[in-house]
Amino acid sequence: MPQRTAQEKRKIRILVAKPGLDGHDRGVLVLARAFRDAGMEVIYIGLLPTPEEVARMAVDEDVDVVALSLLNGAHMTAFPQVKRLLDKYGGKDIIVTGGGIIPDEDKPKLLKLGISGLYGPGTSLEEIITHIKGRVRKERWGE
Amino acid sequence: MHTFIRNPAGALPAMLSSAKDQYWGAKAKEVSAKRKKTAAVFDRRTLRDMKAGYDRWLNEVYSPWVAGAPETKERFETASGVSLKPVYTPEDIASLSQSDLALPGVYPYTRGVYPSMYRGRQWTMRMFSGFGTPEDTNKRLKLLLEHGETGLSVAFDMPTLYGVDCDSQKAHGEVGRCGVNVSSLRDMEAIFDGIPLDKVSTSMTINAPAAILTAMYAGVAKGRGIPLQSLKGTVQADMLKEFIAQKEWVYPPEAHLRIVRDMMLYCTKHMPQWNYVSISGYHIREAGSSAVQELAFTLADGFGHVELGIEAGLQVDDFAPRLSFFFNSTMDFFEEIAKFRAARRIWATVLRERYGAKKARSLLMRFHTQTSGASLTWQQPYNNVVRTALEALAAVLGGTQSLHTNSYDEAMALPTEHAVQVALRTQQIIAEETGVTSVMDPLGGSYYVEWLTDKLEEEAYRYFDRIERAGGILGAIKSGYLQREIAENAYRLSKRVESGEDAVVGVNKYTAKEEARITTLKIDFKAQRRQIERIRKVKSQRDDRKVKTLLEKLRKAYEDPKANSMYPLLDAVSAYATLGELVGVGKEIFGGWKEPVLV
Repeated sequence: MPQRTAQEKRKIRILVAKPGLDGHDRGVLVLARAFRDAGMEVIYIGLLPTPEEVARMAVDEDVDVVALSLLNGAHMTAFPQVKRLLDKYGGKDIIVTGGGIIPDEDKPKLLKLGISGLYGPGTSLEEIITHIKGRVRKERWGE
Repeated sequence: MHTFIRNPAGALPAMLSSAKDQYWGAKAKEVSAKRKKTAAVFDRRTLRDMKAGYDRWLNEVYSPWVAGAPETKERFETASGVSLKPVYTPEDIASLSQSDLALPGVYPYTRGVYPSMYRGRQWTMRMFSGFGTPEDTNKRLKLLLEHGETGLSVAFDMPTLYGVDCDSQKAHGEVGRCGVNVSSLRDMEAIFDGIPLDKVSTSMTINAPAAILTAMYAGVAKGRGIPLQSLKGTVQADMLKEFIAQKEWVYPPEAHLRIVRDMMLYCTKHMPQWNYVSISGYHIREAGSSAVQELAFTLADGFGHVELGIEAGLQVDDFAPRLSFFFNSTMDFFEEIAKFRAARRIWATVLRERYGAKKARSLLMRFHTQTSGASLTWQQPYNNVVRTALEALAAVLGGTQSLHTNSYDEAMALPTEHAVQVALRTQQIIAEETGVTSVMDPLGGSYYVEWLTDKLEEEAYRYFDRIERAGGILGAIKSGYLQREIAENAYRLSKRVESGEDAVVGVNKYTAKEEARITTLKIDFKAQRRQIERIRKVKSQRDDRKVKTLLEKLRKAYEDPKANSMYPLLDAVSAYATLGELVGVGKEIFGGWKEPVLV
């Protein structure tokens, strides 16, 4: 991997993914562009990756954040799985956020695993970006 | 090394190519030029007087008023970005010809496909449902029939949509989540247990494995001694829109089109009341396109299917009547109505002019409409009841043949029974209480709606021309042109909501701190467990040797571009070959698909 300059290090590297059988990519495509416009380095893994592939790519690409989206109801299995595999492959400190169609009662369990955000349709892009930047500053940059 | 079959259908049509006659480009120019002419149906002198009157009003009444009391926006436009005047007058529709104004049931059907529309028969209230185990869905379907619903519509879970068995690792956590799970004929038997298949019409939202599910439905009927000729229903099976928008595929586009071709040929012969393709703009819209894009891409998709049928050797009049459409209805009320009207006109015109259809039935664009899921918000969920009602009204004023209304809780979870009932009641109130069904195409003749209908028609032809130049519908999919156009618009819309330019009540305007808590439907892992038990039982009880032989026959059919794979499919399904096994055979022959990079 090429060395990044000090300034580039300040660019948030983010992997955007839908870990499962779900083709609803409107949200992730919009987010990928919005993250890029907000100055982040965005990697979009493409459709239908397994949690395994997402975790491996996140570690290989040395990202700060993995942003997950699912609208198929499988978030309670797929999100924790990605988190578990990240831990396993040495990406314990990678921040995981999620969004999609997520019922309120599912949120505490995900938050406990460190999967934050959990935004539904209609959330403003700014709110999501602020949340991610906030976590990166605190947890990755120690600000 | 194994090589996949690249042209599983033999030659595929170029789809929208008009190399010889430049049809699309010429048509786009013709439609544009027509707008500048004055048609003979209007009295020129009256028009001139009215134009003078309008100019006077603009200068002497409107402009001074606005100068004193500025309007809320500098520029007014539709959701698609069509610029709007403050008011429309006869001058704006002076180019309408007698044919454009043709009455309901008369070519080009702008005002409706049937001569009496809802005066004769209400639209079909078709609520999409399905979740959990086949038994859960069977109960919900029976409940809807009791509540006066007239057509069944089944939603499947993601493993089924992607052709994966419930016991596969890939299906873990997804079984029965956003629809019912079907892994073998046994599940289909349970879903339709006690439902008279020869009396109801069933719509199944299934695409990549549509041929398999059609075979299973036929298998249930066969088992009960119901003749296939009496089966009424629709499978979506629109793979072009999968590659454009919904993105649930298994094989490369050519392989899916070949299987659709086989289904077209089989059903035309054996299941004459089965609509084997429902050309779907719904998902194209939900993925973020504009009304203009939904209109243009969906019709282009439809023309692609017409060319597929013709290439397969069918006469256009033998299969075009079986093609039906599926549209979205969302919040820009008049633009949606104009979209439906323009769609009917374009379809009839092109089918007659370009594809040589002669039967009136071939020219009729019959469509199902669903209100927009993407327009619903999780903030202040009861507001969604109102959104859905307005969208449903637009669909009815646009002349839909059937309608699904979304439930207010769908931005959060699968709908509860209560939410589904409110959604169905919304349709019933429109049908029974508002009186909008008494007169056909009640907005026909509205200066604005007629003008907008024309405008959308014109924009659609421009897109057809662009799609042709991008390599036809198939080429435009494979290069990612259509997907990028949609993603671009989705981003534009998000930015507009973000900046407050587009208001969404409860989201960027009139927000409330305390959100109304509603009860949502819970789905546990029970469905997954029960489905896995069932597929194991099916596999232990069936004749494995027979299944193996039949799968081999299917493989042979897939390998031969001229064979019809529906016949071996029906046999294999009836011997309880599973969905995953059947799809697996195709994967070995055709391979998978990775879409071009979009961001």
